[in-house]
Amino acid sequence: MADDFLRFRDDEPTEEPAVTLDAFLDQTNSSAVRLEAGEDVRLLLPHLHHISLIEVDFPRFRDGRGYSSAQILREAGYKGELRATGDVLVDQMDHMRRCGFDSFAPNAPIDPEVLRATLDRYAFRYQTAADAAVPVWKLRHG
Amino acid sequence: MYKYDQYDQAIVDARVDEFRDQVRRRLAGQITEDQFKPLRLKNGLYLQLHAYMLRVAIPYGTLNGKQMRMLGHIARKYDRGYGHFTTRQNIQYNWIKLQDAPDILADLATVEMHAIQTSGESIRNLSSDQYAGAAADEIADPRPWAELLRQATTFHPEFSYLPRKFKIAVTAADEDRAAIRLHDIGLKLVRNAAGELGFEVYIGGGMGRTPFVAPLIRPFLPAANLFSYLEAALRVWNRNGRRDNIHKQRIKILVHDLGQEEFTRQVEAEWQHILGNASDVPLVEVERIATHFAPPPFETGLSDAIDRSDPDFALWVDQNVKPHKAPGYAIVNISLKPVGGIPGDVSAEQIDVIADLAERYSFDELRATHAQNIVLPHVRKRDLYELWTALADAGLATPNLDLISDIIACPGLDYCSLANARSIPVAQKIADRFADLGRQRELGELKLKISGCINACGHHHAGHIGILGVDRKGTENYQLLLGGSGAEDASLGKITGPGFNEDGIVDAVERVTDKYLAVRQEGERFLDTYRRVGFEPFKEAIYG
Ligand code: HEM
Ligand code: SF4
Repeated sequence: MADDFLRFRDDEPTEEPAVTLDAFLDQTNSSAVRLEAGEDVRLLLPHLHHISLIEVDFPRFRDGRGYSSAQILREAGYKGELRATGDVLVDQMDHMRRCGFDSFAPNAPIDPEVLRATLDRYAFRYQTAADAAVPVWKLRHG
Repeated sequence: MYKYDQYDQAIVDARVDEFRDQVRRRLAGQITEDQFKPLRLKNGLYLQLHAYMLRVAIPYGTLNGKQMRMLGHIARKYDRGYGHFTTRQNIQYNWIKLQDAPDILADLATVEMHAIQTSGESIRNLSSDQYAGAAADEIADPRPWAELLRQATTFHPEFSYLPRKFKIAVTAADEDRAAIRLHDIGLKLVRNAAGELGFEVYIGGGMGRTPFVAPLIRPFLPAANLFSYLEAALRVWNRNGRRDNIHKQRIKILVHDLGQEEFTRQVEAEWQHILGNASDVPLVEVERIATHFAPPPFETGLSDAIDRSDPDFALWVDQNVKPHKAPGYAIVNISLKPVGGIPGDVSAEQIDVIADLAERYSFDELRATHAQNIVLPHVRKRDLYELWTALADAGLATPNLDLISDIIACPGLDYCSLANARSIPVAQKIADRFADLGRQRELGELKLKISGCINACGHHHAGHIGILGVDRKGTENYQLLLGGSGAEDASLGKITGPGFNEDGIVDAVERVTDKYLAVRQEGERFLDTYRRVGFEPFKEAIYG
């Protein structure tokens, strides 16, 4: 479970433990699944309607595959919890939020103050992503 | 030139604040060097042999006098009084202190500059044609598209931690002055049969230890879809590119491993998904950006005549001045390759002089080139003599553009922690050997490029003559390559055989040029002769 300040959702967290992708695909009645870096997120797309938690693991913070996984899930309309786990550091969390992650379970503790400053820092964004930010090209042209 | 609005400025200012905080946490020991490294690399800060090196972006090589003067200020205040223009149209400072870096970035932000994504596994500063907006052979100015991509790729959240760095070049002319096919993505602005604007998209070029000339992945991409298509290519690579071996992680390896056809299929399929996101920048925004690149108010009715009575001036005109699309104007190249100098190095004083001259003679515009020179793009022909006199006074009138002494060289062992051999002294010795300008001009266009190791920062693969520094049993050794080109006829050089020591490589270059002079036909450049007669005659000339 993620600490309170590391969860950006109002609903009750799923209690069910996340199963591996293989296990999930074998017995699709599970509602929580864990995706390792390098696993094909698109295999989940037919099942999104009954998933409430997807964990995406970052084995090393420099492994950026999970950002695409998150973005693809949100593009496909996934509305459930999307949790980044593993080597998740505060300096990556703003971009993770933009790609649609809404909870975090990092290996090492995060300083809430630094996190708040990080997430508040950029008032404007250059591009669309999975968050609600309006890109500046749209702001410029009303 | 592009001018920041409140949004651009706010984003760059926020970045300064963010980096200041990251440096503070690093100095306070709250983040490890391992964690800090990718953060500083996203801001162009490398740890080198003697100090930190800071790489400042000059987006698509365009800047104005005020920005140039700021680069001089930084050289004076935070470095040792000089800067180094690089092969990707950036400038580097070699003697930076970590604690100064946030202040430098704050200074840069006051003139709409930054160091964002100039290193690390990120989408790097865009490069483009240094003659953009002035060249007679372009179909349109490519820079509005480059600026569009600068913005769209800045802090793109999905592509925060790509497998490796990613370099984009954009041109709009048949003559390729930006080496687009040696980039991860090369874009050439074209018109289709219906007269619509679009891009030829080349993906998977690059140098380094496994060089490739990029294949054409899409012959015509509608201009309106430029960004979504790039996102598709980046996503395919971000998801499927290797991450297990740092030498095999560039997109070129994925293109090569999948094959051009399969890679193209995957990108096209991904593009269909991404089109649904409406991430493409709308044409009204392209038009807004393009107004910033409107041609300067060229005078009409100017004469094209140039008084050539001073022979030294005439020589410089012939070598360093290029045709401009507006009558009465010319493009001026300022060579940063004086004999005995360090390729690409300029002093703070020279930077100030160039800034003044750009303001006075070139509508306050200048360009950095991938050949490590500077361009004043819009000069009245009738001002050329005055300009040349001022350049000569500052030691900036070397008339050697595209000649054998106009050498591209990486920093090599004098500065770089990865180097096997020194590059700068070799460049100096070659320039010295061929110091006689008459001899250089007799040899004609000859692009010589030197890298101090296999990473190929000095573009040795793309040199008509390339030199690669290697380590041979603990001593510096140099291999010779022939036949490369970074231009529209892109090709990779071929290694001639066993390497040489520092003096030996200079002799070998001379044997190659002697051979060329002996066998060339009327009108042939070195590269043309090489392509006609092939490798063997040169090999024989070198090794006997
Ligand atoms: C002194 C510090 C530098 C270091 C540590 C460094 C490091 C590297 C490395 C490791 C690569 C290989 C990347 C790869 O193959 O994936 C590379 C490539 C490159 N670097 Fe540098 N570099 C330095 C300075 C420069 C400078 C001063 C320039 C420009 C003059 C430059 C321009 C390039 C270019 C053009 C490439 C080739 C890109 C390609 O493979 O397509 N680098 N550099
Ligand atoms: S080519 Fe090698 S020696 Fe030269 S700058 Fe690049 S990494 Fe350093």
